[in-house]
Amino acid sequence: MDMLATNPAVHPTSTAKQAAFSPYADHGGTNLAIAGADYCILASDTRQSSGYNINTRFAPKTFKLSDKSVLATAGCQPDCNMVVTRVKHSMKGYKYTHNKEMSTPAIAQMLSIMLYQKRFFPYYDFNILGGLDEEGKGCVFCYDAVGSYERVPCNAYGSASALIQPFLDNQVRNKNQQGKEKVTEFDPVARLSIDEAMRIVKDAFTSATERDIYTGDFLQIFIVTSAGVEEQLHPLKRD
Amino acid sequence: MSARIDQTATGFDFGLAKRNASLEASGVKAPNATKTGTTIVGLIFKDGLVLGADTRATAGSIVADKNCEKIHYIAPNMYCCGAGTAADTEYTTNMISSQMALHNMSTGRESRVVTAMTLLKQYLFRYQGHISAALVLGGYDVTGPHLYTIYPHGSTDKLPYVTMGSGSLAAMSVFESRWRPDMERQEAIDMVKDAIEAGIFNDLGSGSNVDVCVIEKGKVDYLRNYAKPNERVQKEQSYKFARGTTAVIKTSIRDLVTVTEDTAMDITA
Repeated sequence: MDMLATNPAVHPTSTAKQAAFSPYADHGGTNLAIAGADYCILASDTRQSSGYNINTRFAPKTFKLSDKSVLATAGCQPDCNMVVTRVKHSMKGYKYTHNKEMSTPAIAQMLSIMLYQKRFFPYYDFNILGGLDEEGKGCVFCYDAVGSYERVPCNAYGSASALIQPFLDNQVRNKNQQGKEKVTEFDPVARLSIDEAMRIVKDAFTSATERDIYTGDFLQIFIVTSAGVEEQLHPLKRD
Repeated sequence: MSARIDQTATGFDFGLAKRNASLEASGVKAPNATKTGTTIVGLIFKDGLVLGADTRATAGSIVADKNCEKIHYIAPNMYCCGAGTAADTEYTTNMISSQMALHNMSTGRESRVVTAMTLLKQYLFRYQGHISAALVLGGYDVTGPHLYTIYPHGSTDKLPYVTMGSGSLAAMSVFESRWRPDMERQEAIDMVKDAIEAGIFNDLGSGSNVDVCVIEKGKVDYLRNYAKPNERVQKEQSYKFARGTTAVIKTSIRDLVTVTEDTAMDITA
């Protein structure tokens, strides 16, 4: 009777399987960060979706941690939320213990440890930590889900990352452009003014919204300078 | 008895299905087709019917076409909206359109909507749902206006207002709250536009513009891009590269003629 199992003409559908435990969900959305000489810009869209549905048009996933640090998260919303809550909690403990705010590179190292602690049941969460370092220079740290991280001049994560990252490599790091100074990992800071970087950020998101169905609704931009964190909100297309 | 009733004697050859199943088991991924994760609708009003569609085509999470056409021509008095795999809807409607043209020439009568509907459902049923075409067929014939939905497995419905595709629930919510019999033409067009826009804004598989097709007795109005609620904003700057941006890795010029030095021709008078 094995013909029943192997011949699609007789048995076109597969046999029933036990439902697997699936604790993860993908809620879409895109993040982007650019580090400048004395500033850092982090940007996210605010659409949260499941499959072809929009859960909400305004679900911020980027959060101010201090006057010098901002954390952008993308992936599974509850996991992102948990990571942000835990980072904020640890920063509070650090402040009470040492009577000073945690520096951005210190938060970066701590976040890596936090993620690796869940090596075999990871948070489904792709983080970008941005802000100013101890010298006042812009810094961007990007992570995988289990805590591997590096300092970069610019980064894009989330559903439209494959659309935006090559654009940033070309426009921020000047890759594949002859006669332009390259931005390397040895000095991971964009040679752009805030205004120039802002134009690139906005164009990256309006373009990603055109072609990625999970990106849209609103663009939230955080600009970190020595004056603190400025937050902006811009509309994106809603289709 | 058993040997003579061979599986291949059914008239179908499932050899490729078997091959594909074994390839898939060994880890080969099948190519993925462009889907129109779509919103398509139709409704009947006082003097005819209105068809509507969005214009987004997707390939996974990427928008493959921002302004595609989903209202297909079947006959001069008949059009058909398609959702599902783009190629399937395109080829299915095209083929039925040809058959309708031949039928029309052999009978010398105006095509009837029920004829196209029957051809479509029989064709789709034959392929047991493997042709992913979910259709909204509408037309005006000698017996009046007709509106059908045809599912990929070949089932059909005949209703005064219908929706199909991934945005069908969003669109139907508009019809269920506002549709009534014997509406005026403009009222019907507006409702179709609102239903498609409900899909465009609330369903991620639908987007961009609204196409509308109004079919009345002896008259068709195909309103391509009737509404454009999603125009792109102007970009912040130009990304034109300066001349010389592309690196020249090597240059090689091949001589196609041999130039030889020789004494100059005497051109004195």
